[in-house]
Amino acid sequence: MARAATTADAFNAVAEPRRRQILDVLAGGERPVNDMVRLLGLAQPQVSKHLRVLREVGAVDVRDVGRRRLYRLNGHALKPIHDWVSNYERFWSERFDRLDSVLEELKQKEEGDEQDE
Amino acid sequence: MNRTSSGTAMVTLPTDEQILITRELDAPKHLVYEAYTTPELVKRWWSGHRGEVTIAEIDLRVGGAWRYVMVAEGGFEVAFHGEYHEIVPNERIVMTEVYEAPETQALPEADAPLNIVSFTEVDGRTTLTLLVQTTGKELRDTIINSGMEAGMQEGMDLLEQVAVSLR
Repeated sequence: MARAATTADAFNAVAEPRRRQILDVLAGGERPVNDMVRLLGLAQPQVSKHLRVLREVGAVDVRDVGRRRLYRLNGHALKPIHDWVSNYERFWSERFDRLDSVLEELKQKEEGDEQDE
Repeated sequence: MNRTSSGTAMVTLPTDEQILITRELDAPKHLVYEAYTTPELVKRWWSGHRGEVTIAEIDLRVGGAWRYVMVAEGGFEVAFHGEYHEIVPNERIVMTEVYEAPETQALPEADAPLNIVSFTEVDGRTTLTLLVQTTGKELRDTIINSGMEAGMQEGMDLLEQVAVSLR
């Protein structure tokens, strides 16, 4: 699968371990930035920087509730990754299905050889 | 550990830098090993349903090289190569695997993912496990450079989150 080598895609956004941790936290529900600062033990500017990258690719949405800004995971933006992985797994399943038929032949050949002996 | 499966191949993530692919096969391990290490046989399964393997070169000795080329639907070539690091007949193969990305510079061999293939037989059936061990550097590069092998672990890490949020 071809993919542009820019930072503005889901694959690059999640290549950073801290950003994956942020997604892990948000997978549990909507959170204000302070929660993430506390849970990840990072300084707020760092968390904000990562959130900005995640927002750029749409992996994280934000909304204002009163004076609070709440962040949440947007799984649809990560769908390209999901699709890619599913594709990879299907590929391996296809390979093994074909390997099955090769093995079936080898088994029959071996049984045939034993009978010949 | 994240876990997902499609068909009967199972992909799990023991660590951030590893992928484990597992599949049980209805044949004794010496035959699975044969199918895995014989060029004419590799040609018959390695492309899955996505094309045709045109080249399968296997120099099955420690330090020997392997190279597979597949012509995918649409005519473009996909090639991988590597070197054997360890060979225990019918038991275990350790080799590097490098994706030959045509549009990008090849990875240094030192950063190549290591494939550790094991064959375990119980009652005439063989469990094939393929552990892909990557380096952090390699992982980042392949994610940026794309290709068949790229982005795998990262994607797997996120699978559950995606599944949860799509629910």
